[in-house]
Amino acid sequence: MNIIAEHLTYVYNAGSPFAAKALDDVSLTIEEGEFFGIIGHTGSGKSTFVKHLNGLVRLPSSLKHYKKPKAKKGKPAPIEPSLKVGDYDLANRKTDFYGLRKRVGMVFQYPEAQLFAETVFDDVAFGLKNFEKGMKEEEIEKAVRAAIEIVGLDYAAVKDVSPFDLSGGQKRRAAIAGVIVTRPEILILDEPAAGLDPLGKREIMDLLHRLHGDWCRTVVIVSHDMDEIAENCTRVAVFSEGKLVCALPPKELFLKAEELYALGLDIPLTAKLCLALKERGIDIDCDFTVDGFVRAVLDRKGEAQ
Amino acid sequence: MKDVSFGQYYPVSSFVHRVDPRLKIVFLIAYIVAIFLATNFYGLAACAFVLILTVAFSRVPVLKVLRAVRGVLILILFTAVLNIFFYRGESEPLLQWKIFAVYREGLIFTAFLVCRLVLLVTLSSMLTYTTTPVSLCDGLESLLTPLKWIRFPVHALALIMSLALRMIPILSDELDRIKNAQMARGADFSSGNPFKRVKALIPILIPLLISAFRRADELGEAMEARCYMGDKKRTKFKKLHFTWRDLIVFLLLAGLVTGVVLLRIYLGGVV
Repeated sequence: MNIIAEHLTYVYNAGSPFAAKALDDVSLTIEEGEFFGIIGHTGSGKSTFVKHLNGLVRLPSSLKHYKKPKAKKGKPAPIEPSLKVGDYDLANRKTDFYGLRKRVGMVFQYPEAQLFAETVFDDVAFGLKNFEKGMKEEEIEKAVRAAIEIVGLDYAAVKDVSPFDLSGGQKRRAAIAGVIVTRPEILILDEPAAGLDPLGKREIMDLLHRLHGDWCRTVVIVSHDMDEIAENCTRVAVFSEGKLVCALPPKELFLKAEELYALGLDIPLTAKLCLALKERGIDIDCDFTVDGFVRAVLDRKGEAQ
Repeated sequence: MKDVSFGQYYPVSSFVHRVDPRLKIVFLIAYIVAIFLATNFYGLAACAFVLILTVAFSRVPVLKVLRAVRGVLILILFTAVLNIFFYRGESEPLLQWKIFAVYREGLIFTAFLVCRLVLLVTLSSMLTYTTTPVSLCDGLESLLTPLKWIRFPVHALALIMSLALRMIPILSDELDRIKNAQMARGADFSSGNPFKRVKALIPILIPLLISAFRRADELGEAMEARCYMGDKKRTKFKKLHFTWRDLIVFLLLAGLVTGVVLLRIYLGGVV
């Protein structure tokens, strides 16, 4: 499923003194199979954007009582925002949003806050029981076991344990299992590694790579950690004040250090090293992954000798 | 605070907004007393005049003010209907059907009652439109201070109120987040029978409660870490002061109450 957004605009509390524009004319295409990154400082609209993708935030035209804005005299008619996720047209009120949510999984920031059931098994099975009404017990068990195992938890050890008795990193993984258990085609994660220790972070990123491909065709992550983005993403979108600044592969994006700094964003350590080397007259051309950087440096060393 | 705007507060700056909250609370109480002291339409007209002044100097849109009446419309209609049919007048009834009878006095009295209720509801909502919950709370604490003499924990009560107010937007944000997360997992809160719907709330309420307790714990620790001791000689960051505005409002209020009492004495009742 491709994600195609055109002229997406969203205003919170439209028409009241609290009105705030969260998205402003965003046009962006995310293709099937990508490991897509979204960066931007707090309040840049990235969360509102991803909430659109499974219909938690709806386009005005998909709501009841929607009135088409009238064209003002002398001005062209306002452009209708549109958003398509695969075959689902999210601008249409008749779209099956329930079906959409099954195919677009969403892991919110600190997903462990959504745990509620008495056992890990029940919590992971929650989404499955909602979406696949009438599924047989054995099938549920099979799916839950697979989800718990792929996130790296021991099925036999945790299935009957209360989710509140798990450690922080385990809770997060259990919560992710509760989302991916329905095998969504697109998986969206809002800062999946926030607040974890370095080991926990590494485990989550490894998990996402395990999921990407067979389990979920497309993975979209929102992150503040540029190293994480540079290391993992095929393409990155930069948001600022509700607008899309650019969408580029990390290799091209992190060459624009000045612009990113101006937007209040950072660049990965590898890009900083490249800049520092450049100041000393050594030009390194790499894709800003740690591996790529090391290889490029070693190549240069080989040339110099 | 995204799609929820808490309470009714209408955030503009105006004369009425800047009046001391204590005076506003006293004003509301005295106004209610005046409404019930008024026994004829002249008295209510005086009250209505004060209300119009209040709305005019508050910069709150009139439509928004009227919306407050809409909220209690059913109550007002219910009272009106009961009064029309059950008021027993002394003259001949205008209409009669079995035990129900409509009298002329009944109609007048009902109109009087409806005016009273509308005035009461409208001015009460003006208080919440023009005063933030926090300053309402401050005002209330200050007004309740005399109760300290009988060892009533005024300060603790005020602290509880302001903490509760402070937590509402936080918890409502949290609620939003948890609701979204469960909806993304296919939870459905809007269909099925009432029993099913209540059951559907469990996946929201449990995480919300857990987070509320966690926050309460953290807040308690943070207050202890800053050596919070309760009422022991604490001073206020924002002191309430009476200004010329408050003097004008106070004079208006005194005028209103006196006027209503005089009208009552000299013009008598409505029926």
